[in-house]
Amino acid sequence: MGENIIRAKGLSKHFGDALVLDNVNLEVKKGERIAIIGASGSGKSTLLRCLNMLEKPTEGEIIFQNERLDQGDINKKRQKIGFVFQNFNLFANMNVIKNITLATLMQNKSLNKEVVNRKAMELLTKLGLEDKAYAWPDDLSGGQKQRVAIVRALMSDPEIMLFDEPTSALDPELVKEVLDVILELAQTGMTMVIVTHEMKFAKNLADRVVFVDKGKIAEEAHPNELFGNPKCERLKEFLSKVLD
Amino acid sequence: MQTNLLQNMRQTIIDHHSLILPALRDIIIIALLGFVLAFILGTLIALVTTNPNQNIFSTIAKKFFAGYVLLIRGLPLTVQLLLWFFVIFPLVIGLRLPAFTVAIIVFTIDGSAYISETIRGAVQSVDKGQFEAGRAAGLTNFQTMRKIILPQAYRNSVPQFGNELIGMTKATSVLSFITITDITLAANLIIARTFEPITPYLLLGITYLVIVYFLTLIIKFFEKVVFVRGRKYNSRKRFV
Repeated sequence: MGENIIRAKGLSKHFGDALVLDNVNLEVKKGERIAIIGASGSGKSTLLRCLNMLEKPTEGEIIFQNERLDQGDINKKRQKIGFVFQNFNLFANMNVIKNITLATLMQNKSLNKEVVNRKAMELLTKLGLEDKAYAWPDDLSGGQKQRVAIVRALMSDPEIMLFDEPTSALDPELVKEVLDVILELAQTGMTMVIVTHEMKFAKNLADRVVFVDKGKIAEEAHPNELFGNPKCERLKEFLSKVLD
Repeated sequence: MQTNLLQNMRQTIIDHHSLILPALRDIIIIALLGFVLAFILGTLIALVTTNPNQNIFSTIAKKFFAGYVLLIRGLPLTVQLLLWFFVIFPLVIGLRLPAFTVAIIVFTIDGSAYISETIRGAVQSVDKGQFEAGRAAGLTNFQTMRKIILPQAYRNSVPQFGNELIGMTKATSVLSFITITDITLAANLIIARTFEPITPYLLLGITYLVIVYFLTLIIKFFEKVVFVRGRKYNSRKRFV
């Protein structure tokens, strides 16, 4: 792990009068895998969404590869930040291969369509979805949709992947296929930040676990330490409810 | 009597075809061209009114078009035709345009107000996640709208567009207010010549019904083939 890929400095976010994030500082180094955990409404998804400016912070800044994310061409920068949504958000008006290749082809008009399609097929094959290339989102199971969403995010060779509760909308029997994909991706050295309720998964995957409570980072540590020896009372209370 | 009626209609068409056919041609052109132009203008207006940017230019533009829609939807089409043909173009702008051109312009403006609101509503009903996914992938607002949101909005709006097209077609019955011989005026002129109202008015009604029937077929074709996936003519090449 080396340079910072993405950094949140003094991040605060209001929704109306409600303070959802309160002066959050978070650094993500290259190759690092960070799991963000916390109760519903704690601000963890908002924090993640601020990292690619899907939510505009009220205060503070996001630095991506040593440049402020809100300065310059944000669209170009977003191409290097892969984002996977809880509800997949596959484009409903196009099939799988078009879903995956759309952004790449729109952003780089000079690229050869056949080359892009070939790359898309390679990624789909790696994830066991080659036979679904021409299927439509409605034809896919939840697990398949999420895997397609992951492929879509990987198409532009991102520097970092952000996962917003990638398995929360899935039936329990479909969760494993998505988590396996994320674990495989982690083994390739991909930098990632994942908001998750899957504590076991967080323990296996993460180099660092961040516990968010009431808009602040209440505690962050290596998973062994955070889960084995939590320091803050609120984290102890949270873990006692969510862990077996 | 039924045979007589049909024979009368046939004879009326034969006797007055030089009046009926140009009138029919003109109302179809005005309705179709007006609809196409209204669709384009309505889409552009909707792109402005649904723009998520909150800068000063966007805010002013949104307010302008809100006023535009209110004004146009508040005025009957007949009043708009009269205003543009007799007042605005000749007296305010100083242009004497043919009635045919004025009709197309007015139908475009009138239709665009309704179509823009249809599209705006449809855009706002598209799941917010679709827009977020487009932006997260690095697409601009415009690219996201063009490639992802608008196609879905259009698909959901085909029935309303169909209504608008049919409405415009029937609205051509007031074109005579600005000296255009539409088929309603043609029917009245025939009656003035023949002193017999039954056949011309029945023929008029049947003509509108037939036109609307064919328009309905076209609309259904669009619903099934152009905007809805899984269509008969689908092929892999088409989408990739």
